[in-house]
Amino acid sequence: MSEFDQLYREVILDHYKNPRGHGLLDGADAHAEGQNPLCGDEVTVSVRFDGETISEVGFEGRGCAISQAATSMLTEIVVGRNAAEVAQMPKEELLEEIGIPLTPVRLKCALLGLGVLKVALHKSKGTPLPDEWMQGDDLTMS
Amino acid sequence: MAVTADAKLDVQRIRADFPYLEELSNGKPVAFLDSAASTQKPRQVLDALHDFYSHRYANVHRGVYRLAERATEGYEGAREKVRAFVNAPSTREVVFTRSATEGINLVAYAWGLENLGPGDVVVITELEHHSNFVPWQFVANRTGASFRHIPIDDAGELQLDALDEIAASGKVKIVANNLVSNSLGTINPVEKLAAWAHEQGAIMVVDAAQAAPHRPIDVQALGCDFLAVSSHKLCGPTGVGALWGRAELLERMSPFNLGGEMIRSVALDRTSWNELPYKFEAGTPAIAEAYGFGVAIDYLSEIGMGAIERHEHELTEYALGRLSELDFVRVFGPPVERRAGIVSFDVAGIHPHDVAQILDWEGVAVRAGHHCTQPLMARLGVAATTRASFYLYTIPEEIDRLVDGLHKVKQHLG
Repeated sequence: MSEFDQLYREVILDHYKNPRGHGLLDGADAHAEGQNPLCGDEVTVSVRFDGETISEVGFEGRGCAISQAATSMLTEIVVGRNAAEVAQMPKEELLEEIGIPLTPVRLKCALLGLGVLKVALHKSKGTPLPDEWMQGDDLTMS
Repeated sequence: MAVTADAKLDVQRIRADFPYLEELSNGKPVAFLDSAASTQKPRQVLDALHDFYSHRYANVHRGVYRLAERATEGYEGAREKVRAFVNAPSTREVVFTRSATEGINLVAYAWGLENLGPGDVVVITELEHHSNFVPWQFVANRTGASFRHIPIDDAGELQLDALDEIAASGKVKIVANNLVSNSLGTINPVEKLAAWAHEQGAIMVVDAAQAAPHRPIDVQALGCDFLAVSSHKLCGPTGVGALWGRAELLERMSPFNLGGEMIRSVALDRTSWNELPYKFEAGTPAIAEAYGFGVAIDYLSEIGMGAIERHEHELTEYALGRLSELDFVRVFGPPVERRAGIVSFDVAGIHPHDVAQILDWEGVAVRAGHHCTQPLMARLGVAATTRASFYLYTIPEEIDRLVDGLHKVKQHLG
């Protein structure tokens, strides 16, 4: 198998070209956006709940095939699951689903959507925030 | 090296100086097209570092033993090489820093925080690297000064007709600009900006990190007040850079870092500062790295900065020509006359990470990302670009391989 086929395997390209859960939800219960500081890629995630259960996830983003496909796959994995459980979801679970070897830089691409989803859950449900999404005060020009 | 400053570069001979260029990646030689991020290092610099650490190394400016004297000679000799390289009037005005970024921060903290206040204006451009943007945004925010930018046109060139409106908005105190844009390669009209800055009573700060490796630098001809350079972008070691500043400004500034070396005397109730440039060099400096920086300057100067500039100009012209053959590639930035050896582009809307990944498999190393210029990316309407950049060791065949690789990118993901 060529290097191309290993990284951009068919399922990745399919999710990239036909993303699931694409588009933000009207009247969503939770909402968050985040950037990958390495490359400026952006993902915005919106979530609807049925009680404590994630009933629907929609996203929009600008990024590479890996980040967009991973976020698309994520929307399929988490629907129907408990919010607190997803907030604790180990990254390995998503990486197994993606199923390709990733270098450290591309790992950050793959995990962008998951991080942003956890921020949305934190804002709405008070679940723990992943360490890498903790931040201090920003510089905001008046 | 028996090359005169005016001759065409003997690129094959230069390439033989760089061990990395002999390596193979996936059975192919690497086309290293990311010198704008950092350059490869010639044996002359690598050997000099080994020799310095082996036989000349001790702390500087202190020991009375001969080894310490030799180390100090090496370190101070490098300062003289930097002085000559940027045509500064005196080595008193050449401060060794950790990086060009630290040089700019030094000016931002030691001059900016002390001299700015409400009603003052700090001017940067839409083309700046974050290193010449965020420090100014920070000090403006801290002091209540306003923070204004000179916009660019669609070709990535500064729109100087905005200057009058900026001048009317307050008292301009600082103008900061890169001489060459690291993202687009734009060569900026720093002389004009420096003259305008001085008409306003402002100081002119030049980020030359991306210019100094590729063209002759003359701080006196530029007419600026501060200029920051970095070693690792010009074949030297990482961890060292230099800031040139006018002595009369440096003398009036407070120190930036405090500690050993930067003092004249210390007592419980008072401390006085050392003379220039040591007032700004607290702590043990990157001694061997500064020495290696000087060796890198010698290496480039022997080849000739004018010859390097011409070589890169030819490569850039060639690259722009080859890329224009590809109807799925959109190149950002100015025409070749006002562009250094940097070409940023979009490939059929395919994300630059994916472009760079496929090029890597073809043994072509390019940069993909925002290049630490997010305000510029926002202006261009993209999250990121793919960037190829050239240096004295770059050959046209590597640009051909880039073009071949881009066809593969299109074929796979287009």
